[in-house]
Amino acid sequence: MKTNAEIVATARKAFNSGRTKSLEFRERQLRNFLRLFEENTPEILKALSSDLRKSKQEAVMSETAFVVGECQTLLENFKTWARPERPSKGLVNIMDELLIYNDPYGVVLVIGAWNYPIQVTLLPVAAAIAAGNCVVIKPSELAPATAQLMADLVPKYLDNECYPVILGGPKETAELLEERFDYIFFTGSTRIGKLVHAAANKYLTPVTLELGGKSPVYLDSSADIDVAARRILWGKCLNAGQTCVAPDYLLCSKEVSEKFVEHARSILKEWYGDDVQKSPDLCRIINDNNFQRLTNLLKSSKESSKIVVGGKSDPQERFIQPTILTDVKQNDPIMQEEIFGPILPIVHVNDAQEAIKFINANEKPLALYIFSQNRNMTESILNSTSSGGVSVNDTVMHLAADTLPFGGVGSSGMGAYHGKYSFDTFVHKKSILVKDLGKLGEKLSYARYPPYSDSKLNYITRMLSARLPFSFKYVPYTIVFGLGVASAILLKIVANMYEKDKLH
Amino acid sequence: MAKVERELILPSTKVSPINNDNPAVINIETSETLPVTKYDRNGCRKSASEVVSIARTAFNSCKTKNVAFRRQQLKNLLRMFDENAKALEDALKKDLGRPRQEASSFDVEFTKNDVITMLMHFEEWAKPEKPPKPLPNALDQICVYNDPYGVVLIISAWNFPITLLLGPLAGAIAGGNCVVIKPSEIAEATAQLIAELIPKYLDKECYQVYLGEVMETAELLKERFDYIFFTGSTTVGRIVHAAANKYLTPVTLELGGKSPAYIDKSVDMEMTVRRILWGKCSNAGQICIAPDYILCTKEVQDKFISIAAKVLKEWYGDDVESSPDYCRIISDKHYSRLNNFLADKKNIAIGGKSNAANRFIEPTILVNVNPNDSVMQEEIFGPILPIVIIENPHEAINFINAREKPLVIYVFTKSKTVKDMFANNTSSGNLSFNETLFHFTVDTLPFGGVGFSGMGSYHGKGSFDTFVHKKGTLERNFAAITEKCTAFRYPPYSESKTNRISIIMRPRRGISCKYLKPLLIFCLGVIVIIIIQLIYYHVTDKHLL
Repeated sequence: MKTNAEIVATARKAFNSGRTKSLEFRERQLRNFLRLFEENTPEILKALSSDLRKSKQEAVMSETAFVVGECQTLLENFKTWARPERPSKGLVNIMDELLIYNDPYGVVLVIGAWNYPIQVTLLPVAAAIAAGNCVVIKPSELAPATAQLMADLVPKYLDNECYPVILGGPKETAELLEERFDYIFFTGSTRIGKLVHAAANKYLTPVTLELGGKSPVYLDSSADIDVAARRILWGKCLNAGQTCVAPDYLLCSKEVSEKFVEHARSILKEWYGDDVQKSPDLCRIINDNNFQRLTNLLKSSKESSKIVVGGKSDPQERFIQPTILTDVKQNDPIMQEEIFGPILPIVHVNDAQEAIKFINANEKPLALYIFSQNRNMTESILNSTSSGGVSVNDTVMHLAADTLPFGGVGSSGMGAYHGKYSFDTFVHKKSILVKDLGKLGEKLSYARYPPYSDSKLNYITRMLSARLPFSFKYVPYTIVFGLGVASAILLKIVANMYEKDKLH
Repeated sequence: MAKVERELILPSTKVSPINNDNPAVINIETSETLPVTKYDRNGCRKSASEVVSIARTAFNSCKTKNVAFRRQQLKNLLRMFDENAKALEDALKKDLGRPRQEASSFDVEFTKNDVITMLMHFEEWAKPEKPPKPLPNALDQICVYNDPYGVVLIISAWNFPITLLLGPLAGAIAGGNCVVIKPSEIAEATAQLIAELIPKYLDKECYQVYLGEVMETAELLKERFDYIFFTGSTTVGRIVHAAANKYLTPVTLELGGKSPAYIDKSVDMEMTVRRILWGKCSNAGQICIAPDYILCTKEVQDKFISIAAKVLKEWYGDDVESSPDYCRIISDKHYSRLNNFLADKKNIAIGGKSNAANRFIEPTILVNVNPNDSVMQEEIFGPILPIVIIENPHEAINFINAREKPLVIYVFTKSKTVKDMFANNTSSGNLSFNETLFHFTVDTLPFGGVGFSGMGSYHGKGSFDTFVHKKGTLERNFAAITEKCTAFRYPPYSESKTNRISIIMRPRRGISCKYLKPLLIFCLGVIVIIIIQLIYYHVTDKHLL
């Protein structure tokens, strides 16, 4: 057994050897990464089923196909993204060369979570590989079957020195965090996120923290309540509510709430049948601790609010039925923490303004969901609240659009990823100014040298405020327009010639 | 970019409250009693929590979300520069003995132009971005909002007390935040002036100046902020980062480090010497991106020294101390720290004089410096330039890579191969070929460190982006077709639904509108010609072409 220090030292040595900087090497690793999924999907699905009783459809949608899709996007684009950028030049730099290099950070630590153990562990790993880093992979010990599978599979497909997997619980993770990393990517709870951030202080390691929070839903009477109910319940029942962006609670008026509950009843019946516990499509709670926490919330809610749908649970299987609570008050225990389970409390508010106030009185959530067909209202909620991301008239789906940055703000996290943002997370943008040692450039900037004088200062002041008399922004458009004009004229001339020929 | 190592050395024992009405503030280093009015604002001193709660209330009122409000504030900031340029330059003279040309070009004019750039572009930057749509989102709207963080804290350093404070301030205002402004107490005159001027020009609730020393700063850091922008030393940066842990506040840390300059023999030595010495002597070397030490071969060193002696004489005359164009060291503590490097008189090839009375240190070049010497153990932050001998660029790269990542690496060479070697095999905040300091002025280049030299970057659009949260937003409709297209996700699950998911999730090029606009403009060009033809024909009954 190698110690953490040895594993990190090996990874650092591998990074220093420069091999991960080669684009061909990265491409090979990413292809192997894809092959890992091609050749082991059944095993992965089995592990997910063992940890969370995740059904095949959910596992494919939110884990394997999701990661494969993002990895293919990386493969298709990472060489373009890795190329040095050439930012635009001002008048003063017209003779210089400006470049922004995408430098890998070095040795990256990725700490995964247990709720989507494949996605939130391996997605950042793929991006870190594409960006040219070495990666120490730490899967969550709370999804043991998946963690073990990753520890078994990753070394078979990826470079063993560059991408080691370390297994272990809180103690081992704390030890691991004592090592020096160049970037830490963490997915998990706000509480542990703080510990990771504190550990990063020692070497001022930059971190991405993908945390959670109570993501609210505002449901307006203008929405199509049936469709809205489907989309909300889908987000809540997915992975049995153990999703960082799951809608946590619902804000709506009393009338809307009644309609919603009515639709919800029939939708849940349609989805899971009369006996939900028998349905193969609902996940189980990850462990006894979390099961206990959720049943305690249910118990305490029975006193202060009404359970209108569901409420059943079974400790044997760690099954909790999708449950809806109404008349929930702001001070109820269930409103004090992220629920992370299939329980949906409804808090009554009179209108959107009240909902905004309610949302802003709490920590900034990871996601915000607005269901409304009133464009002005949507806009006003969007502008007066702050959250990691937003879906309007749906839940969870903003996470799937990979051209949107995904991440939290405030206590729901810092940093963002997905698509190009994943790549950018793992590179340092190193700007480069290239000047030559030509006489002209030296003459133009000679005024900076002592002895100082008023005329030198005037010259510098003029240079500092020098701006191009026009913007280059419209040059391409002008050219394209000109091309259009030219080709029309050309076409006409050619046609004329052709006609003349015919006349002759 | 050492703000205050003394914050660490001295525990928070600064204030001895003699009585509550008139607490005397004693400067421990000089043992002088500072006038307490230094911390007064309009006669009443607001506590850190009061300052922050006023800012928070102002932010919650949403007035800073209004783009016109931001524009007005930026215009006022610009007016502040126009109306007080002289006063600002005088304050800098007082704090750092800074010559007018440096004060004007590095601080006043430079920052003014930052504000002008911000004014020209921020409205465009603040608009929601419309990224290309992935195919499964064809029926949806997606956009990225630029949400202000809320209440931002900007802690600045003393070496460029205006640029490093008001540059980020312009970005934070443009981003729609409220700002608590904490100037460095070490550049006392400038801090005092800023505290007087800001309330005269900017909204008093949204943008407050908080003055104070170690203890006051510690108090301030206990408050909750939504973003912290810090410029200063790595040691204090770490304290700020630790304080940010409580509320997981994101931070930008603009720190320092030992920025090396590599010179090879291919260069025009006269030009190289001028550029390096300019970077080292401006502000008497008290610049986070000043070249800290030189790596070169022995022959290059000899050439460098002979030209440097000539250049320095040309710039400052025979007696540097009497030149009006040379700054002084900020404080006695920094003066004695620097003077210690010169104490043993070892390796001094040029300069070496100093004068404690006015904190003068002559531009000094040390030759054949041993990497283990004390001058090579910390950021120098003064006009002392050690030269370490290496044999070739490989050795220089190894030397650099064996140390913490610097804020910038300077490479002087004409060789393309050497340039590529450095660009590809070293890591630093920035990299600059054949020039010092200038990369700071290019606002399309992100400026910031990596590793111990900092995290986050700014300048130009980066200054705006630093202070906004990019909120990804997806908007879907309730149309039956949308619901039908996505209904496969609902239970009861089935094999055929699963297959459809795998197919849909395969990445395809999204619908990119990138080429739509040029295409339309091209068509417009064609149409314009056709119309002209038709009109011409209609009017003259003849074909134009």
